[in-house]
Amino acid sequence: MKEKHYTCIICPSGCEITAVLDGEKIVSITGNTCKRGEEYVKNELTCPMRTLTTTVCGFSGRPVAVRTADAIPKAKLFEAMAEVNAFRPSRPVRFGETLIADLAATGVPLIATASEEE
Amino acid sequence: MKERSVLIVGGGPAGLAAAVAAYDAGVRDVLIVERDSRVGGILKQCIHPGFGLHRFGCELTGPEYAERYAEEVRRRGIEVRTGTFVTGVTPERVVTLQSREGIEEIRAGAVVLAMGCRERPRGALNIPGTRPAGIYTAGTAQRLINVEGYLPGRRVVILGSGDIGLITARRMTLEGAKVLAVCELLPYSGGLARNIEQCLNDFDIPLLLSHTVTEIHGKERLTGVTVSSVDENRRPIPGTERFFDCDTLLLSVGLIPENELTEKLGLPLDRRTGGAAVDTDRQTAIPGVFACGNVLHVHDLVDYVSGEAELAGKAAAAFAKGELAAGEELAVTAGAGIRYTVPQRVRRGETAEIYFRFSDVSRKVEVYAEADGTPLAVKKLLRAAPGEMQKLKVSVPADSANLTIKMRPQA
Ligand SMILES: Cc1cc2nc3c(=O)[nH]c(=O)nc-3n(C[C@H](O)[C@H](O)[C@H](O)COP(=O)(O)OP(=O)(O)OC[C@H]3O[C@@H](n4cnc5c(N)ncnc54)[C@H](O)[C@@H]3O)c2cc1C
Ligand code: SF4
Repeated sequence: MKEKHYTCIICPSGCEITAVLDGEKIVSITGNTCKRGEEYVKNELTCPMRTLTTTVCGFSGRPVAVRTADAIPKAKLFEAMAEVNAFRPSRPVRFGETLIADLAATGVPLIATASEEE
Repeated sequence: MKERSVLIVGGGPAGLAAAVAAYDAGVRDVLIVERDSRVGGILKQCIHPGFGLHRFGCELTGPEYAERYAEEVRRRGIEVRTGTFVTGVTPERVVTLQSREGIEEIRAGAVVLAMGCRERPRGALNIPGTRPAGIYTAGTAQRLINVEGYLPGRRVVILGSGDIGLITARRMTLEGAKVLAVCELLPYSGGLARNIEQCLNDFDIPLLLSHTVTEIHGKERLTGVTVSSVDENRRPIPGTERFFDCDTLLLSVGLIPENELTEKLGLPLDRRTGGAAVDTDRQTAIPGVFACGNVLHVHDLVDYVSGEAELAGKAAAAFAKGELAAGEELAVTAGAGIRYTVPQRVRRGETAEIYFRFSDVSRKVEVYAEADGTPLAVKKLLRAAPGEMQKLKVSVPADSANLTIKMRPQA
């Protein structure tokens, strides 16, 4: 049996969670205050997921804040960054619009979280 | 002179929420004055998620959170004057505005101070050595990257492990810079545990606790820093020096409420919060002058900023209408293990939500309010950390001589 320790990143409480493993099998997960903590640890053991927030170069040439609509595999963060940094919009970016439909083949879209100043 | 029922200084999340609350309390001529070209305050540069979990039940980015409030302000048709500085407020609530159109004075029924905070500058630090280019506060670096679109450096050392430093470490890493280390003078980090995990550990950035920068190298541009371990008195230990080859040093050593206006008003500042002392309505010692958000005390969660601003906005509206409830007040004292409380005064016989910060990191504690030696409200916590603000609901006794918030280990 092996113990693994995690800090849950899902909410600011930052619960310290312990997973007991028997080889690949999860024996127990303790320390989480809510269900989402358990899910977080299960993901960490298989495919850690992260939401990416960054900026794209807007139509005006100034940065515009963007995010992935959902979490993407942590292993794909830098590939996603390269795609975002190569992106150029064809018109001023509007709040909430989808800029890239399928970012780095994750199936997750990239959306604008701000509008360009008029 | 022009008149306004409620005038709000600052269009950050605090100012926006206060304006909405004042409007919803029945005051129609609310005015928000913002020096920047857009409202939203510091949230405009905080593009990471982590906002709104308490308020909206989902994690928004800073700009998204600001947009929700900006939309509420627009929907109500509340007037916002951007590009306009407030340069003075008098105790009689005459507010001086300065913009490209010139200088104007407005008499306000009530004033809400919501100017936010600024970063402790590098001058406040005692690092020996030259003063080359390449040294920024973490928040400035964040603005350069997220608002100006400019990466300030390639090889980075960060001094201070507050959340801004941690978030900026991740941001610079994603943009291709190499963050060599985050140094923290104290034996623990002031940042949220989740940020140490997702901003440092995710990218194998070392966190050096009980370490500080002891020398700065380089003439024109920074060429490196020397980092040393410190002893329990925070003094560098000779012989522990390590050289880091870097072109950028970011300082994330704390925020100070932006209280120039408050001080000019003649309001004394609470030395522990750096802001004015207030009652449960967030009214300062000057009647009709309220304060909320980071100008009052530095918050880690914007959700609490909005909540506090709603109290201030609602009370400001009531004051402007001559309807603000008064009552006999009792001072709140920060006792053992507690650094400060907000509000600093509560009304007798009412239920008050008292926000506070712990002085130190510890585990398994109880916080409680004590009136004349009797514990009133007790709350058990698994973890106490100065970086995470907490609150306690207390029914304030009608007749006790004192009220103290205290901490003790769990029995
Ligand atoms: C870098 C950083 C990261 C953060 N990360 C998080 C997080 O992950 N989650 C979270 O919940 N919270 C976070 N916070 C905290 C949260 O963003 C703040 O608590 C919140 O923005 C404070 O709001 P405010 O309105 O009091 O101040 P501000 O946002 O600073 O707004 C103050 C406004 O007042 C204006 N102003 C100041 N003086 C004048 C004047 N004289 N005349 C006119 N206008 C004036 C300023 O231009 C500004 O727009 C973070 C804060 C920072 C700095
Ligand atoms: S386990 Fe639940 S409460 Fe704890 S940090 Fe994770 S999401 Fe938050």
